[in-house]
Amino acid sequence: MQTSASKIAIATLTLALLAGCSSSGPEQPAAPTESKTPVAPSGPSGTPVAPPAVSGKTMTPEEALMASLKDPNSPLSKRIIYFDYDSYAIKDSYASLISAHAKVLAANPKLKMLIQGNTDERGSREYNLALGQRRAEAVKRSLMLLGVQEAQIESVSLGEEKPRMEGSDEAAYAENRRSEMLYSGEF
Amino acid sequence: MFKVFRLMATTLLLAATAAQAQLTVEITGAGANRIPVAIANFAGDGLLPQALTGVVRADLERSGLFKLVDPGTTPVPENAAIDLNQWKDRGADALALASILPAPGGRYEVRMRLYDIARQNKPDGMIFLFGASTVRETGHRIADFIHEKLTGERGVYSTRIAYVVKTGKSFELKVDDADGQNPRTALRSSEPIISPAWSPDGTRLAYVSFQAKKPIIYVHSLATGAQTVVANFKGSNSAPAWSPDGKRLAVVLTKDGSSQIYTINPDGSGLSRIAGSSTIDTEPQFSPDGQYLYFTSDRGGSPQIYRVAAAGGTAERVTFEGSYNVSPRLSPDGKLLAYVSRNGGRFQVTVMDLASRQIQILTDSSRDESPSFAPNSRTILYASEVGGRGVLSAVSSDGRVKQKLSGQAGGDVREPAWGPFNQP
Repeated sequence: MQTSASKIAIATLTLALLAGCSSSGPEQPAAPTESKTPVAPSGPSGTPVAPPAVSGKTMTPEEALMASLKDPNSPLSKRIIYFDYDSYAIKDSYASLISAHAKVLAANPKLKMLIQGNTDERGSREYNLALGQRRAEAVKRSLMLLGVQEAQIESVSLGEEKPRMEGSDEAAYAENRRSEMLYSGEF
Repeated sequence: MFKVFRLMATTLLLAATAAQAQLTVEITGAGANRIPVAIANFAGDGLLPQALTGVVRADLERSGLFKLVDPGTTPVPENAAIDLNQWKDRGADALALASILPAPGGRYEVRMRLYDIARQNKPDGMIFLFGASTVRETGHRIADFIHEKLTGERGVYSTRIAYVVKTGKSFELKVDDADGQNPRTALRSSEPIISPAWSPDGTRLAYVSFQAKKPIIYVHSLATGAQTVVANFKGSNSAPAWSPDGKRLAVVLTKDGSSQIYTINPDGSGLSRIAGSSTIDTEPQFSPDGQYLYFTSDRGGSPQIYRVAAAGGTAERVTFEGSYNVSPRLSPDGKLLAYVSRNGGRFQVTVMDLASRQIQILTDSSRDESPSFAPNSRTILYASEVGGRGVLSAVSSDGRVKQKLSGQAGGDVREPAWGPFNQP
C-alpha cells in the first residue's frame, strides 16, 4: 500500500515538474503522436495543426508526458547523443540529458524506450550495425545505472542505414554517429 | 512487449521488370593471356526473338578471359565443312559453330560444335532444346560449355546474382543474371535491406530488413515470394550466412548484450550460441567444408578477422596487417579468403591465400564493401562507389580482370551476393 502510494506520488510529482517546464501547462493540446522520427531539438516545424483538446477534459498523465517529450522547452525533447569516430563512449556533456530521461523512465515503469544506435557510412555495413548496437547499448547502460529497469529499454542498431544527414563529409559523418531515444508510441 | 512487430507494408514482386533497370557492364581490365575465339553467327538465329549468338559472345568477352576474333557476317551451320587452317590464320585458337532449328511445340533446338584449333582436340558438341522465353539462359549455358572446354574450369554465365538498389527512399532486392542484364525484383521496401545471402540450393535468400524499424533476419523463397522470419530477438538481428548443407544459418544477435554469433535453423528454431565474447563478433561465414566459422571481431582492439571451429572452441586470429579488416568471405574452393581492408583511409577488396597467408590488395578504389565470390572462385563481385553513387564491380581473384556494372541513373547499387552453381 505504502509503496504503491509513494510511487503514485513520485509519478505525480514528475509530471508536475514536467508541466512546470512547459510554457502553457497541462491544458495545451497533445502533440501529434504519429511521428516516425524524433522531433528535432530545434523545435516544432511544419507539423499539422494539432486537434484542439476536447473541451471540458484535461489531459491524462500519459498525454501530458507525451506532450512534454515533444515540447522543445523540455529537456526531454532532446533525444540524440552524438559520438566520436569509432567510439561508443558517452561524453560527459550528456550527463544531464541522460539523467532527465532516466528520471522519467524510473518514475513511469510502464513507459518503454527504444534506443537506436547509428554510425557514419564508412566501412562494412554489418560491422557498423554492430558498432551502432554498442552506441545504443552504452545509452541503455547509463539509464540503467540511474535506476531504469532493463525491461523498459530495447537497444537496437540501424548501423549506417538511417543517416540524419546525407553526404560524405565530416559534417555528415558527425551528424550520423548517434544514438536516438524513442518513447512508447513513437516506434 | 514492444510494438516493433508492425504489419509488413512490403510489396512482394517476382514479375520481370522492364529493360531500363539493366546494369551496363564495362570491362576496365583484362587478363594478360586471353584465348582468341571465333563465334561464327549461328545459322537460324533469325528465328528467335533475340539473337543467341550475341548473348554467347557478350558473356565470353565480358569474362576478360577470351578475345573475340572477327568471324565475318555469314552464318555458318554447326555441321559445315570448314578449313581450320583458315580460322587459324585469322588468329582463332577455337571456333564455335551452331545451328538453330525449329522443334515441336513451338520450341527450338540449338546444335553447337566447338573446335579447339590450338590443341587440335576432337571437336566437342552439345544440343539444347529451349523455348522462346529462355534465349538468354540458353546462351549463358552455351557460353558455360565453351568456357569449361577451353579453360578447364566451370563458367558462371548461367548463375545469378542478388543485390540491393536504393532509389530515393525505396529499396529493392534484385535477382539478376550474372551479366546484370535480366533484373527481377524479389522484394521492394521503404526500409533498408542488407546482407542478402543465397541458400546453397539457390532457391532462397536470407537477408536483413529494417521494415519493422529494427534489423530482423528473414528467409525469402524466390519461387513463391514467401517471407519467413528467422530471427527477431530483442535487439538487433543480422549477418545471416548459410551452412554449406543449407540446414543452418549463422546469425548475429544482440539479445545478450553486444553482437554475438549464433546458429539457427532457417525456420527460426534450434538457436545455439557459438562463440562468446564481450566484444563485437559479427559477419560470420562458414568455410566451404563447414568446419570453421570466419568472422569479424574487435576483441583485439581493432576489427580483425578470426576463425573458430563451427562446433565452438577457441578463436584464432587470421588477419594481422592493418587496423581494419572486415567482411570475410571464403572462396568456394576453400583456398582464398577475401575481405575488405582499410589502407590509409581507403577501403579495398583484399585476398589472402590461406595456405601461404600471403595477401594482395585487388582494387585501386577506396569505398569497397561486401565482397562475394563467384561459385568458380575465379571472380569477386563487390560494392564500390563512383562519383558518389553505389556501383557493383568485379575483379578476378588474381586482380587482373576488372569490370564495372552500373545501374540506371539515380540508383545506388550495393550489397551484391553471387549465387551458387545450382539452379532451382
